[in-house]
Amino acid sequence: MRYLPKSPAERLTMLADIGAQSIDDLFAVIPAEYRLTRDLDVPRQQAESEIIDYFRAAGQKNATDYASFLGAGAYRHYRPVIIDSLVQRGEFLTSYTPYQAEITQGTLQAIFEFQTMIAELTGMDVANASMYDGSTGAAEAVMMAVRVTGRSQAVVATTVHPEYREVLATYAKHQQIPTALAGYDPKAGRIDLAALDAAVTHETAAVLVQSPNFFGIVEDIPAIAAIAHAKGALLIVSIAEAVSLGVVAPPVDADIVTMEAQSFGVALSYGGPFCGVIAVKEQYLRQMPGRLAGQTVDRDGNRGFVLTLATREQHIRREKATSNICTNQALVALMATIFLTVYGKEGIRELAEHNLAKAAYAAQTLSSQPGAKLLFSGAPRFHEFVLQTEEAPASWSKRLLDNKIVGGIELSRWYPELGNATLWCATEMVTRQQIDTAAKVLASAPVEA
Amino acid sequence: MAYPTNYRYTREHEWIVLDGAIGTIGITDYAQNSLGDIVYVDVPKVGDAVTANATFGSVESVKAVSDLYSPVTGTVTAINEELKSAPDKINEAPHETWIIKVELADPAQFDTLLDAAAYEAFVSEETGS
Amino acid sequence: MTSEKNIHDSSTHTAATIGKVRPHQTQNEGLVFEKSSPGKRGYKLQPLDVPAVDAAALLGKSYRTQSAELPELSEIEIIRHFTRLSTWNYAIDLGMYPLGSCTMKYNPRVNEFVARIEGLAEAHPYRPDSLSQGILDVVELLQRCLLEITGMDAITLQPAAGAHGEFTGILLVRAWHESQGNARRKVLIPDSAHGTNPATAAICGYQVENLKSNALGGIDLEALARQVDEDTAALMLTNPSTLGVFENEIHKIADILHAKGALLYMDGANMNALVGKVRPGDFGVDVMHLNLHKTFSTPHGGGGPGSGPVACKAFLEPFLPTPVLVQGKDGAKHWNYDRPQSVGRVRAFYGNVGMFIRALAYILANGPDGLRQTTEDAVLNANYIRHKLKGLYDLPYQTPSMHEVVFSDKRQAAQGVKTGDIAKRLIDYGFHPYTVSFPLIVHGALMIEPTESESVEELNLFIDAMRAIAKEVEETPELVKSAPHSTRVSRLDEVQAARKPILRWKPAK
Repeated sequence: MRYLPKSPAERLTMLADIGAQSIDDLFAVIPAEYRLTRDLDVPRQQAESEIIDYFRAAGQKNATDYASFLGAGAYRHYRPVIIDSLVQRGEFLTSYTPYQAEITQGTLQAIFEFQTMIAELTGMDVANASMYDGSTGAAEAVMMAVRVTGRSQAVVATTVHPEYREVLATYAKHQQIPTALAGYDPKAGRIDLAALDAAVTHETAAVLVQSPNFFGIVEDIPAIAAIAHAKGALLIVSIAEAVSLGVVAPPVDADIVTMEAQSFGVALSYGGPFCGVIAVKEQYLRQMPGRLAGQTVDRDGNRGFVLTLATREQHIRREKATSNICTNQALVALMATIFLTVYGKEGIRELAEHNLAKAAYAAQTLSSQPGAKLLFSGAPRFHEFVLQTEEAPASWSKRLLDNKIVGGIELSRWYPELGNATLWCATEMVTRQQIDTAAKVLASAPVEA
Repeated sequence: MAYPTNYRYTREHEWIVLDGAIGTIGITDYAQNSLGDIVYVDVPKVGDAVTANATFGSVESVKAVSDLYSPVTGTVTAINEELKSAPDKINEAPHETWIIKVELADPAQFDTLLDAAAYEAFVSEETGS
Repeated sequence: MTSEKNIHDSSTHTAATIGKVRPHQTQNEGLVFEKSSPGKRGYKLQPLDVPAVDAAALLGKSYRTQSAELPELSEIEIIRHFTRLSTWNYAIDLGMYPLGSCTMKYNPRVNEFVARIEGLAEAHPYRPDSLSQGILDVVELLQRCLLEITGMDAITLQPAAGAHGEFTGILLVRAWHESQGNARRKVLIPDSAHGTNPATAAICGYQVENLKSNALGGIDLEALARQVDEDTAALMLTNPSTLGVFENEIHKIADILHAKGALLYMDGANMNALVGKVRPGDFGVDVMHLNLHKTFSTPHGGGGPGSGPVACKAFLEPFLPTPVLVQGKDGAKHWNYDRPQSVGRVRAFYGNVGMFIRALAYILANGPDGLRQTTEDAVLNANYIRHKLKGLYDLPYQTPSMHEVVFSDKRQAAQGVKTGDIAKRLIDYGFHPYTVSFPLIVHGALMIEPTESESVEELNLFIDAMRAIAKEVEETPELVKSAPHSTRVSRLDEVQAARKPILRWKPAK
């Protein structure tokens, strides 16, 4: 086996050294009736070229040359080539969590840089080294708010990503955190502030909203914060599209920001690995889950970095820890750090503006087709929009697929009240030609009354 | 380090000294020594109730957390704000650095705790010396 | 030529005087923010092919007026910055990384290659199933392989990491008990367990009850029989244990639990000792998680991403997280969301699919013979180290070792040298330290897991280093206590870091 660095003779010598007759001696402790005496029924050992052929075939079967208007929590942005060159350096790729600070300064400094960039972007004081993803980050943020406030309930906007809400429901059930839903204004597509105000009580630990929300609309964070804070609840803002922060005001009125950083140079990869992150106001630092890198000095006064405030974590506090999280998404956070360094202060704004322009054009073009209508048209949007069509989406999306276009995702499975509504996303990767073609195909419907 | 004789002690290594109905609570030299450099102290709020033998907060070193157990039952009247920025005071002067003050529900509870001699005997038993 | 020689002679300078004349591992490299200057660019966007928009007008009061202070650098500077940082890391690619319980094995490069194949890497999770059959084939084959390896009946790949898998697994346990009419209250956890186990049980709403290990470091059957009752939901067992010891009475453990209606959860962190030799499903385990980043060679990446599939017996299948992968009559695969008894979702989308691809590539590269040989080599390596070092370091448990061996610093502590000091000294000898002070049941533990990826030469170098350190402890203990001596930074002040946390860079005022 080509990964194993031993010759058959070396194995025998080692066994003789130990004083074992055969390798079976070392497994004698396993009761004989359980020992596997046959080969595992898995595919036979493959050559490297065969492995590549297998996965290439799988990739081709997946179909690659489609234009795509899919978003909804997973966004296609350009990934600068140097991201993969750098993260594939063995020193980053094959290193462990930096517990031994003297020989992991590279990872530690990179995490410190990541924490700084996330704090800058979100307007929070501190950010952690990363969480699994945006959905689990949102659930962890709610549990954190429960610890901070000593209250046990949560109010969640229905405009939060439906799958994030499902994950939160799984966690909340066993933490005994009753969650109430706050609906959206059917005209604006934004959280209904009056309904929110009615839902928040003095037992509410946290209000969880998403902005831009699942419909792509930017929520009125200052107004929501005022409602939450008036009753002593914390405001958690979930951000599923991190690139929006280039041009959308950071949620500085929030107490906790939980973000999915996939948009920062992380491949879609059919939904993971992505990169969650939690950022907070300084006074909540001790209740924050996840790893943190901090700056300090060595014996000679040189600047260096260590993992710090580890007493919050499971390996020390065990059942009393802030979370059971251990592994985070360090390598993915590194991708995000490199991405943000490539774009920098001006680039992230310019990139966000391009997204805004593409979506504005796409929304305008698609909604002006016969039988199509833009929902929530008055509210500020980033790069997603909701299109309502007279024709059933199942019917026109098939037509689009025939033209190698993946149109917007149907919303009826989560929001049946919206009827034939679909959620479209136009990032900088979508071309004008693709938008025009999609509009033409959409319009080619047999229009019925 | 000598254990003040006017203090009373717990088997969880807290000390308490009484002034009227107000008890002042800290941790012993033995406790700070076994914890090492203290980096953070987590305390309740003024007005919170504490219960004898129940936890009321924790002290943290870099790699360990120790719960704080209240010697008495009562209500928190003050917390030592100085520990927020200088938790190392506990290492420097454990018997002079208080953590919380508590109004005792029953001041007689003070006398049920270990005196200095009994606590010292308990510590030497624990350390096997 | 004399002057030229001087330029390259680093001994004439120190880092303090000139930052750039030292070898790369020790040279200075500031924070990326300190290298920034306004107007430098590392990017170029395509010309906009649609009309530009007035962002401030479109967004109104939600418009960002002040830009985030992100660094501005050119591409070559970015490459150098992160490349230089990388050289400050130790890595498996540089040498043995014997962290016990972490399984720091070789991360094959073909894994990285195939995970980046366009049709897989760029697949959107909401793309129609009809366009996703290739990736679904991959998911299905990996599921099948993992079920065969574990001997279980059903599996979810959704959990993002080991602890997340534990969470999912214990939720299955809870859901099953609830379906029987009583969720039960407590979960038993041996004192040798990883911290994630009790943290997980707590998050799932269970009380944690500690189970003391017996004199051999294993489960005390009598204590177990006493502690298991009708209120016990499960035992969370790591097998082999964190001592590297196989619970040879595992079937009795399962019987004791099952007799009281409790379930056996297995933490699969140490699966590298079992693959191809014995299957948890055959010895009574009801539910378990795997760590693809340990056993199945996906890279640790400085602390993630991981992936923590959960495999279970058939009776727990109805409770698996939504969605589950199914195959239709036409042979096409799709996700099934209609799962009324499911514990719900534990993560958005379907899991860390990029890690599934890598793990499957590893399994294909090995085949049944390679997987078995891998396990045998991992166990052989650990026993070789145990044999060569047992005269010098205290072996608190004489029980046979599987894939890792745990010594204690008892002998060295007599000289005032602790396991943490020996670990730091190993760095000077060119190795990453072993796992320090874990498991908690061994005072001053040295937990060594070589994995199968070490050659005899590398093992011997490690053994020589450990021997040399044992000698130093006798002769020059201060040398060990003040280690490491060869790193870019010396021991860092963790107390200051925790007392006055500096968690982000701020521009100089």
